[in-house]
Amino acid sequence: MTDLETASHPENLRRVAIDPVSRVEGHGKVTLLLDDNNQVHQVRLHIVEFRGFEKFIQGRPYWEVPVMVQRLCGICPVSHHLAASKALDMIVGGTLTPTAEKIRRLMHYGQILQSHALHFFHLASPDLLFGFGSDVAKRNVVGVIAAAPETAKKGVLLRKYGQEVIRMTAGKRVHGTGSVPGGVNKSLTADERAALQKDIYQMIAWSREAVAMIRQLFENNADAYNAFGRFDAHAMSLVRADGAMDLYHGGLRARDKSGRILFDHFDYSHYWDVIIEDVKPWSYMKFPFLRALGPDDGWYRVGPLTRVTNCDHIPTPLADKERETFLAFPGASGATLGYHWARMIEMLHAAEAIKDLLHDDDICGSDLMATGEREERADRGVGVIEAPRGTLIHHYRVNENDEVIRANLIVSTTHNNQAMNEAIRQVARQYLNGHEITEGLLNHIEVAIRAFDPCLSCATHALGQMPLEVVIVSHGGTPIDRMTRDMHGVCSRD
Amino acid sequence: MTTPTLVFGWGNPSRGDDALGPLFVERIEALNLPGVECLTDFQLQVEHALDLQGRSRVLFVDASLDAPAPFRIEVIGPANDASFTTHAMSPQAVLQVYCDLNDEEPPPSWLLAIRGERFELGEELSASAAQNLDAALAWVRAWLARAEQEAR
Repeated sequence: MTDLETASHPENLRRVAIDPVSRVEGHGKVTLLLDDNNQVHQVRLHIVEFRGFEKFIQGRPYWEVPVMVQRLCGICPVSHHLAASKALDMIVGGTLTPTAEKIRRLMHYGQILQSHALHFFHLASPDLLFGFGSDVAKRNVVGVIAAAPETAKKGVLLRKYGQEVIRMTAGKRVHGTGSVPGGVNKSLTADERAALQKDIYQMIAWSREAVAMIRQLFENNADAYNAFGRFDAHAMSLVRADGAMDLYHGGLRARDKSGRILFDHFDYSHYWDVIIEDVKPWSYMKFPFLRALGPDDGWYRVGPLTRVTNCDHIPTPLADKERETFLAFPGASGATLGYHWARMIEMLHAAEAIKDLLHDDDICGSDLMATGEREERADRGVGVIEAPRGTLIHHYRVNENDEVIRANLIVSTTHNNQAMNEAIRQVARQYLNGHEITEGLLNHIEVAIRAFDPCLSCATHALGQMPLEVVIVSHGGTPIDRMTRDMHGVCSRD
Repeated sequence: MTTPTLVFGWGNPSRGDDALGPLFVERIEALNLPGVECLTDFQLQVEHALDLQGRSRVLFVDASLDAPAPFRIEVIGPANDASFTTHAMSPQAVLQVYCDLNDEEPPPSWLLAIRGERFELGEELSASAAQNLDAALAWVRAWLARAEQEAR
């Protein structure tokens, strides 16, 4: 248990809730326990887990799974599509053809590009451009478009380009069926390839501008950015056999807080030998930890910041050069806000990787599925991919009737559960202690959460369901203050 | 040439009544109506402003817990409504993005909010939502016919 996780005498404290956390994908809630002097005694991020996803998958024929799992999450369906496909590749056996692997990679880099573009230009930039405590009515994507229309437009077009890559590789804008156990069911036509080639150099140029923008923000605000929500953490990600960044496939590498490698090139098909999922009574979400370090000290960080610092190099030249600059900038590689910089380096890498794949004739090939003598079908498959937000694990067991009988998914946000809690506890210490709570101060908490780009519980929504409500409750349980922010951005206090 | 009428429904087909938007679009698409294009997605996002370009009219369709049964229809315009959660970006905010990106007014737009009740993963469409969907589909035929008449 870490400092500020559980107050020693919660009965004497008042409670502040940020519910739901805004500009993150899904539903989250932060609760703070404060004493009469506004000293913070407890900070917790509560996340509504992907409730019932195992049940949702169990009993289905395994070949349906890559399509079905896209409905777990409306934000990164492609990541689930590919992680499930990789797991089920193990079930069907065989080796992917070059065309199949490259089409899947192209789809994945399209997803990385569009997801990172959305996060930086439209979710993070309101805080970065206007300030963490600025006017809430302006601190949103529409405000960004009004203040910096060209920047915002590039974000929209980068995202659109990434989605075009997905559409052409997956076959549809949403609910694509492109990746199947053992391969893919389409490659690119010559026309599709030409259409994507036409704009890719513009995407690379805009990605370079985005890296420059966040680098400039760090240079202008070095002390504040480096200190904001900063904490030390172990790290884990996939790396390629030669230690390079590889977002589609590789072995697991973990480093401790000092950068020492704990394990390297670990075969993820036995991930449970190095990762265990813990539970805590106050959260629906699990808390994974590194088995060798135990539940108290073994929690770790995943995602762009980890991947950029954990690998030995990035296998595309422009992104690799930016990685060197990032690592050389004092403090940035351990900063919570360093996620933004690392995310943009990855976006540049994705754009470069797309360019390289578009110049590879295999992406128009016709050899789509693994072939060969059918061996006895395996009953277990594990697929791991580096999704936009971090390491994503899919694990299935299949019975003799080809039905999924067990599913376990560890999503990126679950890996980062403890890390996000640590970040907001740091922010609470730095900014909230002793101050009257205001919307601007509470947004500092949200800024720390948003740095991780969490995907909390996705793809359900309905009109009118997203207010922000903060309630301060006396130690006797009586609400004494209430602030709301409605769908129109209007804040009011009862 | 861009198809003049866009019907854009959103939601997750595997989350009970959240499927109302995509199901509505599926049914309209099956009619193969001339001059009508149907699009669907899990949620509205900024890039959907690009899908509005060159349209004469747009019908946004979503499930709603707020609307009275069977549905509510309203004319909408661009708004700086700061819909904070990205997965809940409002159609009004998408229209605002359209204005800011293109420096022009967006096409005339309507929001059809179909009443839903249950939104859990793996749930089927509820019986009441299915009735509301039928009522909305009956209404939209007249709306599309009027749109076609106006186009002539």
